[in-house]
Amino acid sequence: MIGSGPPAVDVPGAAPPETRWRSLTTEQGARGALIAAASTVVVVAAASWWILTSETWPAVQRQFFNPENFAESWPAVVSGFWLDVRMFLVAEVAILVFALLLAVIRALRGPAFFPLRAMTVVYIDLMRGIPIILLVLLLGFGIPALDLPGVPRSPLFWGLAALVLSYSAYTAEVYRAGIESVHESQRMSARALGLTQWQALRHVLVPQAVRNVVPALLNGFVSLQKDVALVYILGIREAVREAQIYNARTFNYTGYVAAAVLFLAVSVPVARFTDWYAARDRRRKQAG
Amino acid sequence: MTAVAKLEVRAVSKAFDGKPVLVDVNLAVAEHDVVCLIGSSGSGKSTLLKCIDLLVPIDTGEIILDGRVITARGVDADAVRHGIGIVFQAFNLFPHLTVLDNITLSPRRVHRMERADAEQRARSLLYRFGLVDKEADYPDRLSGGQQQRVAIVRALASQPALMLLDEITSALDPELVAEVLNVVRQLKDDGMTMVIATHEMGFAREVADRVCFLDGGRILEHGPPAEIFTNPQQERTQRFLQRIIEAGRL
Repeated sequence: MIGSGPPAVDVPGAAPPETRWRSLTTEQGARGALIAAASTVVVVAAASWWILTSETWPAVQRQFFNPENFAESWPAVVSGFWLDVRMFLVAEVAILVFALLLAVIRALRGPAFFPLRAMTVVYIDLMRGIPIILLVLLLGFGIPALDLPGVPRSPLFWGLAALVLSYSAYTAEVYRAGIESVHESQRMSARALGLTQWQALRHVLVPQAVRNVVPALLNGFVSLQKDVALVYILGIREAVREAQIYNARTFNYTGYVAAAVLFLAVSVPVARFTDWYAARDRRRKQAG
Repeated sequence: MTAVAKLEVRAVSKAFDGKPVLVDVNLAVAEHDVVCLIGSSGSGKSTLLKCIDLLVPIDTGEIILDGRVITARGVDADAVRHGIGIVFQAFNLFPHLTVLDNITLSPRRVHRMERADAEQRARSLLYRFGLVDKEADYPDRLSGGQQQRVAIVRALASQPALMLLDEITSALDPELVAEVLNVVRQLKDDGMTMVIATHEMGFAREVADRVCFLDGGRILEHGPPAEIFTNPQQERTQRFLQRIIEAGRL
């Protein structure tokens, strides 16, 4: 070959070879596992002893970890949590679709699309810059108060709308990072095959982009799954609201702990799944 | 030069950020002709091909395909590209699609073929180029030579009347070069009109009807391969070929 060597062939998403590094730093074999187990038992036992023997523990237990209060608050908190789950599912679907639309508009090229691109930029800046709780209050109380004909008046609807508007802005940026991570040569190849800009996005760039950002999207799931609780401020009787009602009645905080347990029961598995998925993705890319 | 040109490049210039990459390039390619562009890296070969496929806009001059000025304002670039196949150095297959889906994407989405028809045509092309057992594989399962052959098949699937090959063997291991060049020989035998940017001088000498030597964005010399390779007129062409002979590539 004449001149320079072959230019680097693009390897999409190549990751640094960290498997070897990991195997060197993590304890290996049965002996390592034994040491890890023994060390964990010692630390947990010491911490438990320290907490349970402290003078204030009985008061803490009475206020936060009271089995009777737990059982008493549980049914209402669970039914509230079920509303949280449904709100999460509806909002998440709406977010994934709307955010993708925003990201695709932002990725369109050519001067004709400038106004559309500029609008998405302004939208994303606005929505990311306003605290979600403020949006929830603004839309959830404000719009029903306007009493406009033909506009939904349910605080639940507008509370969810506020979450969707805010989260879409963040999620659109996640998608955009994904689209930009696909090498420019893929776009050029698609255009060279006669695909229009839109077809290139639809069939070539977006499918690859989404794959690249699945872990980041799952991370957003975990976050939203908790943030749906913000609509409690509109008086919607989801888990946190129910716990608050229980607390107001009994002056005991165990209901809040019950709600926390329920949120954890969903978010921890999703977080573990995200880790597992990201690790698998990394391995595949290294193998490929 | 033949009377009716399939492709004509007239006085084309192009600069990137004020740095000229093509300077007053003139080129005519007759139907069924194979033109090889040679010259060192950075001489403008790739840019010229991308300009012809309207992937890179030109600054001045015009490009004429089948008697029509395709660089004029208001020309639908997507429609022009339907008639042109281009293959790149780095294959640029779509990693999320199987070989078959890579090949049928454009026929189905751009040419609105039925899936069954598009797949049938794809399979006959795969069969012809010895890739028939690869249709369900993803590109990362294939060798570089196989990937590049798939990329050629993908370009052929839209039945282009002109093929542009941009250093298609430069990213391949030496032992994989021959299988790709054989595909190009087959295309020549079919009478495909081709413009080929290449560093494979022996191959250029063999398949080209005409060879253009580019230097600093200009076509310094062009003519039949026998003339260019054995009796170059320009001093720069002589030096370029001398270096290649020293490298044992001719």
